[in-house]
Amino acid sequence: MRSTTRNFVDNAARGLADDKLQAALGRLSQGFPVKRLETISRLPEFEQLRDDAIAIKRHTLENLDSYLERYEENAKVSGAHVHWARDGDDAREIILGICRDAGAKTVTKGKSMVSEEIGINEFLADNGVEPIETDLGEYIIQLRDEPPSHIIAPAIHLSGAQVADTFKESHDELDADRDLSEPRTLLEEARAILRKKFLAADVGITGANMLIAETGTSVIVTNEGNGDLTQTLPKTHIVIASIEKVVPTLEDAATILRILARSATGQDITVYTTYSTGPKRADDLDGPENYHVVILDNGRSSLLGGEFEDMLRCIKCAACLNHCPVYKAIGGHAYGWVYSGPMGAVLAPALLGLGETHHLPSASSLCGRCQDVCPMRIPLPRLLRQWRRRWFETGGEDTKTRLGLAAWAFLAKRPALYRPLMAIGTSVLKLCGGGGRRFPILPRPEGGSFVDQWKRGKR
Amino acid sequence: MGAMNTALKNPIDVGLFATCLVDLMRPSVGFAAARLLERAGCTLHVPEAQTCCGQPAYNSGDNTDARNLAVNVIAAFEGFDYVVAPSGSCAAMIRHHYPALFEGDATMTARCQSLSNKTHELLSFLTDIMGVTEFEAEFEATATYHDSCSGLREMGIREQPRALMAAVKGLELRESGEAQSCCGFGGLFSVKYPEVSGRIVDAKSDAIEATGAETLLGGDLGCLMNMSGRLRARGSAIKTRHLAEVLAGTAPETPAIGEEGDKD
Ligand code: SF4
Repeated sequence: MRSTTRNFVDNAARGLADDKLQAALGRLSQGFPVKRLETISRLPEFEQLRDDAIAIKRHTLENLDSYLERYEENAKVSGAHVHWARDGDDAREIILGICRDAGAKTVTKGKSMVSEEIGINEFLADNGVEPIETDLGEYIIQLRDEPPSHIIAPAIHLSGAQVADTFKESHDELDADRDLSEPRTLLEEARAILRKKFLAADVGITGANMLIAETGTSVIVTNEGNGDLTQTLPKTHIVIASIEKVVPTLEDAATILRILARSATGQDITVYTTYSTGPKRADDLDGPENYHVVILDNGRSSLLGGEFEDMLRCIKCAACLNHCPVYKAIGGHAYGWVYSGPMGAVLAPALLGLGETHHLPSASSLCGRCQDVCPMRIPLPRLLRQWRRRWFETGGEDTKTRLGLAAWAFLAKRPALYRPLMAIGTSVLKLCGGGGRRFPILPRPEGGSFVDQWKRGKR
Repeated sequence: MGAMNTALKNPIDVGLFATCLVDLMRPSVGFAAARLLERAGCTLHVPEAQTCCGQPAYNSGDNTDARNLAVNVIAAFEGFDYVVAPSGSCAAMIRHHYPALFEGDATMTARCQSLSNKTHELLSFLTDIMGVTEFEAEFEATATYHDSCSGLREMGIREQPRALMAAVKGLELRESGEAQSCCGFGGLFSVKYPEVSGRIVDAKSDAIEATGAETLLGGDLGCLMNMSGRLRARGSAIKTRHLAEVLAGTAPETPAIGEEGDKD
C-alpha cells in the first residue's frame, strides 16, 4: 500500500473536518474501551497474564532465529511449503507465483494487515488475479477502494448508512429498494454474495495472529468465521505472516490469546480461533490440498537487539488506538498507511523511514495511556521519543522549531540572562492580555517572576 | 493542620523547583507551594539558578540541550534532602527521564539517580512523605479535578490530591468521567499540531462542562493553562486554578488562570 504519511497535517485536517468520521470515532470511544474495562475487571489474573505474555515474547525475540527455524521444520513435517520473503517485493512475487501455479482466477482473503502492508490486492489485480476480501469490514472498504482506518476494525470510520449506500451502488443486481437499515441485513447481504465467491475461489489467503513453533501451526482469530471458509474451501491456502508472529508452544499461544481479545474488543475470546497445520490429510474431511506459508521480514529484523525491539512484542490488538486521544481526534486514515495510532506511529517509521513518517512520532501528546493499556506493556511514549531524537539528530526537524529550541536552551542555561529577558517577554504578554484568540493556551501572565520575587523577600 | 510524619529528620531541607511556567506565568502557585511546604514543616530553599527542567528539548528529541539543562538542575538541587515541584510532569522528567539522558556516563548517572530518588511532585510529597492529611483550608465551590498524564501515569498521583481536597471545607468535588483523559497539551505538540491538540482539549472541555462544576483544579500548570484557555475561548465561566492555591488559601486573593485582576 502506498503511503500518504508525508501529508499528515492535511490528512489530519481532513479527518477533523469530517463529521461522519467524528461521529464514528465518538462511537468507538464508547465501545471497545468500555468493554475492555468490563472484561478485564472480571479476570483477576489479567495483570499476571500480561507479565507472562511479555516474558514469552521477550524470550522468543531473543531466540527468534531458532524459533522460526523450528516453526519451519515442523510446518514442513505437516506438509507445508515455507517461503521466506525479505521485503514486500519478494512476498508479492512468491504469492503471485503460488496463485499462477494454482491457475487462480480469484483469491479470497481473510483480514490481514501484513497483506495490506505489502499491497497484495493491487498487485494481484494488476496481474490478472481477482482478490476478494471476506472480512465484512475489509469487504466494505474494498468496495469503496479505501485503506483500512483501524487495524482490527478496518471500516470503523463508516456509518451503517454509508455502508448501505455502498452496497446499493456495488450490488446493483439486487432490488434497489431493499431495506438495509439494520446492521444484520448488511451482514446477511454480504454473506450471501461472499458465499459464491468462497466456493469459486482457487486460492485463500489469510494472515496469522501467531505461528506456533512446536507444532508448525498458524492461528487466526476472527468473529465472522470468514477466515475458516477462506482457508478450508479453496484448493490452496496461503498464510502470510511477519517474523515476529512466532511463539514457541501451544501453551504460549493460549496465554497470548487470553489477553488478545480482551485488549482488542473487550471479548473474553473471539468467536472463532482457528488453528491450521499443513494441508488436508488423507482422512481429513476438508482442508486445502496445498498449504503455503510466506514469512515476511520487511525491515523488522533490523529492530532486533536495538532500541525499537520492544515494538516487535506487538500483537496488533489495537488497544493503543482505541485509547489514543490523537487517534480519536483524527481517525486512522490521517496516518496515511496501514498501521495507525500509537503502534503505527512507532512501526511506520521503522518500515517506511523517517523522511516519509516523521510527523507521526511528533504528533503525540505523550500522554502515556497507550502504554498503560498495551497488553504487552510496550513503552510506546519512549519509542516515540526515540524517533523524535533520531529525527532531530539527523537534522530533520524544521528550522523554526530548531532555532526556537536553540535560542530558548541558550537562555535557559544562563539564568542571569534568562530571567530578565523572560521578564520582558511576560510583561509584553501581560500588556497584550495573553495570547488572545490565536494562542488561547497562553493566558495573561500574573506578572513578575516567582524566583525573583522570592529573592527580593516577597512571601 | 492534620497529622504529620514525625519520623523525618529535622530540619528537612527542601529545594522548591518552581518550574518555568509557574516562575514566569503564575508566580502565585510558587508562593502557594512555598506556604504549604513551610506549613508542613520543611525548610524551604528556592535556588536562583533554576530555569526549566528541559522537557521542551527532551520531547523534541533534542537530547543535547536537554542534558545541558539537566546539568543545571542537578547542580542547583542535589544538595537538598528533597526536591519538590508543583508539577507532575516536571517532577517525572527529573525522576524518570534524567537518568536515561546520561546513559553510559557513570558519574552523571549516579548523580541523576540520587536526585531522582528524592524528587517529588508537590501534592504527593505533602501527603506521602510529610504525612499531611489536611491544611484547614476553606474554599466554597463545586470543583472538578484533572489528573495530568505524567503525574497520573509516571508518578502514581491520583488519591493524594483527592484526599487533600476532601479535607477542604466547602469544596464539593464533582468527578468527571474523563478526569484521566489527556487535555491535549503535550508541550510543543500543541504548538506544532494546534488543530489536533485543539480537538482534544475541546473534547476535554465538553467533559469538564458536563460536570457542572464552577472550578477546574489540577496539579500541573501547563495542562491548566491549556484547558483554561480553551474554556475561556468557548465562553465558559469555569475558573481554573492549581490545587495548591486552594490548599494554601491564596485563591480568594488571586485571579483564576487567565483572568484579569490587578493586584500589582
Ligand atoms: S502496541 Fe500494544 S496496544 Fe498497540 S496494538 Fe500492539 S499490542 Fe496492542
